[in-house]
Amino acid sequence: MADHVMTHDAPSVYEPSLFGTYSKKIGMWLFLLSDSLTFGALLYAYSYGRISTVGWPTPFHSQSIVNATIMTAFLLTSSLTMVLAVRASVDRDAKMQTIWLLATMICGTGFIVLHGREWTKLISEGLTLAMFPSVPGQETAGEFVNVAKNVPQFASTFFTLTGMHMLHVTLGVVYLGVVALRRKFIPILLVCWLAAWLATPSYSPFHYGAHVLLVAAVVISIILWLKPKVYDSSDVEVAGLYWHFVDLVWMFIFPLVYLMSAKIL
Amino acid sequence: MDATQIAIAERVAEEHRHHKKAQFFWVWAALLIMTAIEVYLTYQNMEPIRMLTILMGLSLIKAALIIGFFMHLRYEISRMKWLTMCSVVACLVLMTIFFFPDAHRVVTLGVK
Repeated sequence: MADHVMTHDAPSVYEPSLFGTYSKKIGMWLFLLSDSLTFGALLYAYSYGRISTVGWPTPFHSQSIVNATIMTAFLLTSSLTMVLAVRASVDRDAKMQTIWLLATMICGTGFIVLHGREWTKLISEGLTLAMFPSVPGQETAGEFVNVAKNVPQFASTFFTLTGMHMLHVTLGVVYLGVVALRRKFIPILLVCWLAAWLATPSYSPFHYGAHVLLVAAVVISIILWLKPKVYDSSDVEVAGLYWHFVDLVWMFIFPLVYLMSAKIL
Repeated sequence: MDATQIAIAERVAEEHRHHKKAQFFWVWAALLIMTAIEVYLTYQNMEPIRMLTILMGLSLIKAALIIGFFMHLRYEISRMKWLTMCSVVACLVLMTIFFFPDAHRVVTLGVK
């Protein structure tokens, strides 16, 4: 072993990594493996609820399916732009790296906006959780009021699973924003937080969910203050791993939650 | 990063430079096509179990493409590939072992 230990005088000779790659990437893989178990458990919980519950609703009209399909296309396209950003970073093309990262963020934001619209529509039609603030005038009306009362497992598992995924996508966009723009991203994030908070009505879960952006801005400020750095290709690749994982998880949520619960007339 | 990590990262970056960009577009197109097939199948009034099997099969293929090409696991050394995939599959199999007998009981005996 000692024969392989590198010295700083000879950077081309180094101790071979056990997994053939750098530790940051191995760390991200380990995190993703643990996170896949979180989503695995949630998907199993959803599936179990579906099998064991009589009268499981199929609430997704073709409009919702089209919406979810566009969301899927956004995520798949964002994965392509992410991989192009990684490629630009290893080619040391800083301009294209930033452009592809921003394109990935735009696709991710598009996904979040469409998902938010879907949630808002379902909530306004009566599919809600007890923890969500009640929508004025929707206590008795709405297509899914009975669904929420008779099959509460649907709303619980649906909002938990898709909400967890939406949180991951949001944090992914923030992560990419930091890698692409570093400190310049903090004021943008604060503007996004303020816009999301002010633009959503007080009964919307997104009115409170927007505070995730504020918390993220504080955490990022601390991190960048403690360890300011220029992100290199390894950082972009590690961020890309996280982003592709978020895409990967949606490949299971989309068919299992949306397509298997489509309302076919 | 220390010098060792920088050297390893540089070697990994060098490997990335050899991957053709075109393959990423092919994978992206394949993923979109499989998504379109999934949506098409949704409206074919298939038996739920059959449809679930096909959809999950397609999802597994999509997942393999994303992990292999976009996450570059295909280009990692065997030890990395086997350890990561075996560990996550083993955990998911354990979940399945706990989940399926009970789910089967619920399906065959009904919900009481």
